[in-house]
Amino acid sequence: MIPIEKPLINYMQMKFGVLVFPGSNCDHDTYHVISEVVGQPVVFLWHESEQLENCDAILVPGGFAYGDYLRTGAIAHFAPIMQAVKKFAASGGLVLGICNGFQILTESGLLPGALMRNAGLKYICKQIYLRTETSDSPFTNLLQPCQVLKIPIGHMEGNYFCDAPTLQQLEAQRRIAFRYSTAAGEITAEANPNGSLQNIAGILNEGRNVLGMMPHPDRSSEALLGSADGLRIFQSMVATLAGQD
Amino acid sequence: MKAHVYVMLRKTVLDPQGQTIHGALRKMQYRGVEDVRQGKYFVLTLSDALALPEAQLEVERIAREVLVNPVIEEYTYRLEP
Amino acid sequence: MKSASSSAIPLPAQITPELLAQHGITADEYQRILDALGRTPSMTELGIYSVMWSEHCSYKSSRVHLKRLPTESQRVVQGPGENAGIIDVGDGWACAFKIESHNHPSYIEPYQGAATGVGGILRDIFTMGARPLAVMDSLRFGPIVAEDSAKVDGENSTPTSLLNKNHQILEGVVSGIAGYGNCFGVPNLGGETRFEPCYSGNPLVNAFALGMVRKDEIFYGKATGVGNPVLYVGAKTGRDGIHGATMASEEFHEGSEQKRPNVQMGDPFMEKLLLEACLEAMQTGTIVGIQDMGAAGLTSSSCEMGSRGGVGIEMELDRVPQRETGMTAYEMMLSESQERMLLVADKGREQEVLRVFAKWGLDAVTVGTVIAESRLKILHHGELVADIPNASLTDEAPRYHRPIGTWKAPVPSEPSAEILKQLQAKRDLTTDLKKLLASSNICDKRWVFEQYDTMVQTNTAQGPGGEAGVMRLKGTQRGLAMALDGNSRWCYLDPKLGAAHAVAEAARKVACTGATPIAATNCLNFGNPEKPEIMAQLSSAIDGIAEACTALGTPITGGNVSLYNETKGEAIYPSPVVGIVGILEDVSKAVPADFQRTGDAVLLLHPKAPAKESASLKEFGSSEYAKYFLKALWGTPPALSLDTEAALHKCLAKLADDGLLHSARDISDGGIAVALAEGCFAHQVGIRVTVPSGLSDDPMACVLFAEHASEAIVTCAPESVEKIKNIIDDFGFLTVGPLGVTTADRIELSVNGKPIISESIANLSGPWRRGLSDALESTFHRDSSAMDQA
Repeated sequence: MIPIEKPLINYMQMKFGVLVFPGSNCDHDTYHVISEVVGQPVVFLWHESEQLENCDAILVPGGFAYGDYLRTGAIAHFAPIMQAVKKFAASGGLVLGICNGFQILTESGLLPGALMRNAGLKYICKQIYLRTETSDSPFTNLLQPCQVLKIPIGHMEGNYFCDAPTLQQLEAQRRIAFRYSTAAGEITAEANPNGSLQNIAGILNEGRNVLGMMPHPDRSSEALLGSADGLRIFQSMVATLAGQD
Repeated sequence: MKAHVYVMLRKTVLDPQGQTIHGALRKMQYRGVEDVRQGKYFVLTLSDALALPEAQLEVERIAREVLVNPVIEEYTYRLEP
Repeated sequence: MKSASSSAIPLPAQITPELLAQHGITADEYQRILDALGRTPSMTELGIYSVMWSEHCSYKSSRVHLKRLPTESQRVVQGPGENAGIIDVGDGWACAFKIESHNHPSYIEPYQGAATGVGGILRDIFTMGARPLAVMDSLRFGPIVAEDSAKVDGENSTPTSLLNKNHQILEGVVSGIAGYGNCFGVPNLGGETRFEPCYSGNPLVNAFALGMVRKDEIFYGKATGVGNPVLYVGAKTGRDGIHGATMASEEFHEGSEQKRPNVQMGDPFMEKLLLEACLEAMQTGTIVGIQDMGAAGLTSSSCEMGSRGGVGIEMELDRVPQRETGMTAYEMMLSESQERMLLVADKGREQEVLRVFAKWGLDAVTVGTVIAESRLKILHHGELVADIPNASLTDEAPRYHRPIGTWKAPVPSEPSAEILKQLQAKRDLTTDLKKLLASSNICDKRWVFEQYDTMVQTNTAQGPGGEAGVMRLKGTQRGLAMALDGNSRWCYLDPKLGAAHAVAEAARKVACTGATPIAATNCLNFGNPEKPEIMAQLSSAIDGIAEACTALGTPITGGNVSLYNETKGEAIYPSPVVGIVGILEDVSKAVPADFQRTGDAVLLLHPKAPAKESASLKEFGSSEYAKYFLKALWGTPPALSLDTEAALHKCLAKLADDGLLHSARDISDGGIAVALAEGCFAHQVGIRVTVPSGLSDDPMACVLFAEHASEAIVTCAPESVEKIKNIIDDFGFLTVGPLGVTTADRIELSVNGKPIISESIANLSGPWRRGLSDALESTFHRDSSAMDQA
């Protein structure tokens, strides 16, 4: 086996569920991180299923659910499994949407706003830097405020948009989890890869138990792949779940 | 009967594709174009069993619930007998 | 299914010379059809013969030469002749890989042409049971900037309209590759993108794919078991690409754009579902054989599967899922609709297969059965419309020993007096380096590869921008390295040597990562084989590849030949493209291409003796520098000693395995100066080095920018230098010379103690990084359709 970073926390077993839609293509990557790197039990949850199999946390992976046809994430939100995810989220369950997963969560109304076509109109895949805007969430509690993470993006529609009142609310409630930044943590226009409003890369819901983010922590949890900074996000989730029991 | 549904980004939302096309038109020296907005156009072929008022209701529902993301988009439609 | 009664005969077609000409069938070939059938063919049969005997499907001009390629080694599980080649990579794992061209469709409709090229090669991989792990592309376009477009023979530079067209093709091709691969979910490790005037009317799009399969779970495109059901799965059949295969076997002429309806539309979402459904269906243990419907769709898959299994296939076309109404048997058999597969299942267990496809929401229908007679029998509305012996379509298809001309050097072997004067005049070499770094062929290709998802599947240890792509193999310690290469200008100067260089350089890129090259695939892009001078190029290039692959231990396991790459009678440069796959026993030891830190020693690994004496000026005529600054082409490609090359690869693998290297890169386009500068950019590490001066009377430009084979620049900790020297001494053909050290912030090159270049990293990396985007902004395209489709 390839040497992998040992799990930081080894509390009890937390069961993760990875949603699989037709066209999901980071489902196996997300599964791999949880089972091989984070070291927790994980199952795939098929889109036609209506139950979450007693999972403690739900991961909505990246990809092109339904080919991104109509709008990214638009058709996925009608899948039976999403009804169960909505209920789970409403009862405080942890839901993390990555990339296409974030798009699905906004289309489903679990998170406000929308992800539009990148300002440069092209798909962009590269390593970028994120600044942690709050460590007060189940996904970021092992991160320091303002901690800079090196995490790659890979998307065509990551240009976050919401109306002014919503933005005000996000700011006031400290629900912006990550912003695109320079390596030194400055929030600049040059550091914004896709034209997102206020460099927003990830946001929380009001209950802080749902996070959507465009960058891929699943692609940055092992040093061999160029960065292990994303691992802390999954580990924060495990720490939170362990703390709840 | 056919329903023609036009989906556009809301006027307040930036349309980078429309802007790029507009910029291109200017660069190519086409004259008199003030603005370009890009949208989507759907043609739904409806069953004859659907009467006009019903068809209207159904098309509006489909547009609202599926074809449009109300956060950024709006729609218009017309029915063609 | 109702079986065709033996007495029925397909309705004979009204054969006219015009009809045969439309189908690209010669009088001799028509006679062969009559002999094979013993009667006049039906229209459907004529269509079937025309596609199966097209150059694209039959390889009729190249096959007799391809036989000279080495195809075996202990690692080869499957050589040429299947959907893809397969090699053993240890621990019960094998990898399937192949490269294939989609040149003509990409000229006619760049986005869809390139997209379906990616789709086709991916199906070739997963039809063998392998999950695609990576793709790469070798792309060739006409110039996109005026400065870069002067033809070497002194013709006027490319007109702006053509630059715009080339730009449009580039944009469309790149977004097509991105659109398809990204949605499908396979990382793209880059490849190479080059520009030459000869590709203006004839771009090349060669797509490579590699997938992983358990060695005992490989599937083949072979039908067996009389009575077994034949299933059609995937997308519905429409009138897409009818006669695409014959189109790819014709030269372009004015009006080729009118052939648009021929181009197929790709649906990567459908392909992703097809992948998951096929791999899941294979796990049921009920699939006997499976083949992708590529060129000539239903026709090639059914007769090839039957032929390989020594059986026949009988199909009723009424059962084929159809997207359009009123399609004829002719249209259905020739349709090139994408994302379709034909498979043979165990009789009585087809329900298990159908269930899997239903789960993924795909059409799957029993359309026929395996029959004992090795014939292709097609029924439509219960009528027999085609009844052809398989062998006549496959193994016994025409193959030609086309006349081979005598190859003549196309340019003088020495530079003209005027060029020599320019070379010997005093030049600002720092400016030359800056310009060369910004030129389309050498500059950063980030604009291309950042549009590709390079990281999905979380296996990418080294993505695009380095020497080779490196993928880890989950569940093992190992990794695979892969690279594509082909310098067609060199092949134009000397087809055999140029083609050998393509193998050597692709393998060298792989070796620079520390991997051992183990196998190869090739895509042979040439002009019209009916011209003896083109056959001379093709035959010599195959000899060059054969020699190099034998010497470097990389057998060819498959590939593709694309002929008739001509526009208005003018052929492209002979353009063989070679893909090499290498294995790393420990992927964590993979060596990067970029200089990593300051204070490292910089060394040059090079041949002990130059392969030929005092050839440097003659060879300089093949360089990027000569082309770019002198607008001239003369002489020969660099000399190549395959023994030395093989020693270099072994040596690099040993040094990497011992953990001695911090970086390794080869010297290619732009010579040692460009290689050294590029090494500095990623981590903003400077260098202070002394470049070996070569022969005393060489012009300084030649010292800095000449291109050589069998050389590599490595960096290491200062304390490792002695160890490295000792190891290199064990490799007979090689020696190592100190170049200098890595420093903080400047790029400083001197020759014979004299400073020649001294510049800040930023002043060199800026132009290099902006080269392609600046070039693309300087031309403007009118067509915004690429944006809609992206």
